[in-house]
Amino acid sequence: MWAYLLRRTAAGILVLLVLSFAMFILVALSGDPLAQLRASPGTSPATIAAAAAQLHLNQPLVERYWGWLTGLVLHGSLGSSYTGQPVGSQIAQRLTVTLKLVVPAVLLSLLIGVVVGVVSAVRQYKPVDHISTGLAYLFFSTPVFVLGLLLKDFLAVDVNKAAGHTLLYTVGESTPGINGSWNVFVNEVQHAVLPVLTLTLITYATWSRFQRAAMLDVLNADYIRLARAKGLSPRRVLFVHALRNALIPVTTIVAIDFAALLGGALVTEIVFSWYGMGQYLYNGLTGAESPDVYAVQGWLMVAGTAVIVFNILADLLYGLLDPRVRYA
Amino acid sequence: MREVLIPLTTDAAEGLTIESRGQLRLAVERFTHHRLAVAGLVVFVAMLLVSLIVPVFWHYNYTAITNQFATAPSGQHPFGTDLIGHDLFAQVLAAEATSVKTALLVAVIATILGTTVGSVAGYYGGIADALLMRFTDLILAVPLLALLLVLSSKLSKQAGSWFWIALILGLVLWTNLARQVRGAFLSLREREFVEAEHAIGASDRRIIARHMIPNAIGPIIVSATLTVALAILIEAVLSFLGLGIQPPQVSLGSLIAAGQDAAATLPWLFFFPAGFLVTTILAINFIGDGLRDALDPGARR
Repeated sequence: MWAYLLRRTAAGILVLLVLSFAMFILVALSGDPLAQLRASPGTSPATIAAAAAQLHLNQPLVERYWGWLTGLVLHGSLGSSYTGQPVGSQIAQRLTVTLKLVVPAVLLSLLIGVVVGVVSAVRQYKPVDHISTGLAYLFFSTPVFVLGLLLKDFLAVDVNKAAGHTLLYTVGESTPGINGSWNVFVNEVQHAVLPVLTLTLITYATWSRFQRAAMLDVLNADYIRLARAKGLSPRRVLFVHALRNALIPVTTIVAIDFAALLGGALVTEIVFSWYGMGQYLYNGLTGAESPDVYAVQGWLMVAGTAVIVFNILADLLYGLLDPRVRYA
Repeated sequence: MREVLIPLTTDAAEGLTIESRGQLRLAVERFTHHRLAVAGLVVFVAMLLVSLIVPVFWHYNYTAITNQFATAPSGQHPFGTDLIGHDLFAQVLAAEATSVKTALLVAVIATILGTTVGSVAGYYGGIADALLMRFTDLILAVPLLALLLVLSSKLSKQAGSWFWIALILGLVLWTNLARQVRGAFLSLREREFVEAEHAIGASDRRIIARHMIPNAIGPIIVSATLTVALAILIEAVLSFLGLGIQPPQVSLGSLIAAGQDAAATLPWLFFFPAGFLVTTILAINFIGDGLRDALDPGARR
C-alpha cells in the first residue's frame, strides 16, 4: 500500500507540474493585463514600460514560469498577484469563505442523498421512488444560477415579507459591524441558508441516484438473500448488511465532488455575492488587471492539489472499505 | 439480450409463427416503452420546431426594439417585453434555437474527438494508450469551469459567436466518452470476430470503423445525447457569466442574466427563459435515459 501511495503521489505531483506550466502559458497568452493602462489617455510609454517591468511582463514566458516555480518550491511562496498582495494569504481568506459554503452543503447533501437513495431503492417503483426520481431529474437539469435566482429573487423576498423583517439575507457572507459572537453566528447562518440550500439541492440529486443504484445492486445480491433466509430482522439486514456495502461506491463520488467544490462554487458565489475561491479565479481571469497569471496559478495549485489528493484518498478509502480491492 | 431468443407470438389459425425482430426494432420498442423518454422527445422536437418556424412569421424580430418597455405578457407580447423594449417571445425563441444549435455542435465535436481518442487508445494499447489516457487525465484534473473560463474569457470577447463557444465546449467535453470507448474497445479487441478480421488481413482502420465502433455504438449515442444536455447547461452558465454568447446574439443564459436585476418586479423576464432552459435540459436527459434503456440494456443504473 505504501508503494502504491508513493507512486500515486509522485504521479500527482507530475500532473500538477505539467498542469501549472500549461496553465501559466495559456493564461499569460490569453490577454494583456495592461490593456486598461494602455487605453487610458495620456499614459507615457515610460509609465507602461515601468508597469510591465514591475509585473515581469518584459521577461520571456518560460523565465517567468521558472521564477514562479522556484519561488514555490524553494520558498513555499505563491508570489504576488498583479494588485501587489501576496497570493497565499488572499487564497487562505477566500478558502475560508468557500469552506463555510461548501462544508455544510456537502454534509447536508450527503445526508439527504443517502436517505433518499436508500428509501428509493427499498421502495423501488413505489410512489416515493417516483417522486424522488422526478425531483432528482429536475434538480440536475436545473442550472445552478436558475435555482439560485429563484431562491434569491422569489423565495427570500416572500419569506422576508412574511416574517416582517429580513430573515434570509441574499448578499454576502455576513453583515459588517455586528457585535457578540452569538449574534455574528446567527447573522452568518442567515446569510448562508440560501447559498447552502442552492448548492445542496444541485449536489444531492446526483448523489441520491448513485446511492439508489448502489443500494439496488446490494439488495439483489446473494448475501442479502442469505441474511434474510437466516431470519435476521429486516432492520438488521437493511442497515448492517446492505447499507454498509452500498455506501462504498458513494464514498468515492462524494470525495471527488467535494474536492471539485473546494475550487469554489463559482456560480453560487456570484449569485449570492460570496467572495470565495470561485470568484477569486473569476476575477483573476476577467477582473481589472486580468489575466492575473499569479492569482490563477495560486488558485490552480490549491484546487488542483485538492482534486488530486481527494482522488487518491477516494481510492484508498475504497480499498479500506472493500477488502476485495487490491492496490495495483 | 434475452428478448432476442424468444420472439414468439402465437397465432390461433396457423399455430406458432415466429416473428423476427431486428436490433433496431427491438431498440425502438424498448425506447417507446420508456414513457418519459417519449414525452421528452416530443417536447424537445416541438420546442425545436417552434423556435425554428415561428420566428419566420412572428411580427417582431428578436433584435427589434419596440416602444413598449417592461410590459407584462399580453396578446401582443405573449412573454412580455424587457426594459429596453425587446419582445421577449421572439428573444426566447431565438435563444432556444441558439442554445440547441450550439449544444448539438458540441456533441458532434465531443463525440468525434472522444470516439477517436478512445478507439486509438483502446485498440492499440501500449504507448499510444498510456499517452492518450494521461492526456485525458490531465484535462479531467483541471476543474471544468476553470478550463472553460480560461479558454473563453478572452476568446469570447473577440468572437462571441455560437460557433466559437461550441468549439471551446467540444474541445473540453470529450474526456468521459474517450474513457468509455477505450474501456469498450479493451474488451472488444479480444473477441473472436476481431481475431477473424485480423486473420483475413483486414486493416486496422477497417476493423475499428466497421466492427468495433458499431459494437460500442450504444454507449456512444447515449453519451452524445447527455453531452447535448450538459452543453446547454454549461453554455447557459458561461453566457450567464457574460463569457458565452455575446449581444446582439442571445442565448437562454444571457437572457436570464440580462433580466436578473429586475426579476423580482418583472418576473416574466426570469420565468420564460428559465422555463425554456430547464424544460429543454430535462427533455434531453429523459431522451438520454430512454436511449440507455434501448441501446445499452446492461448499463441500467
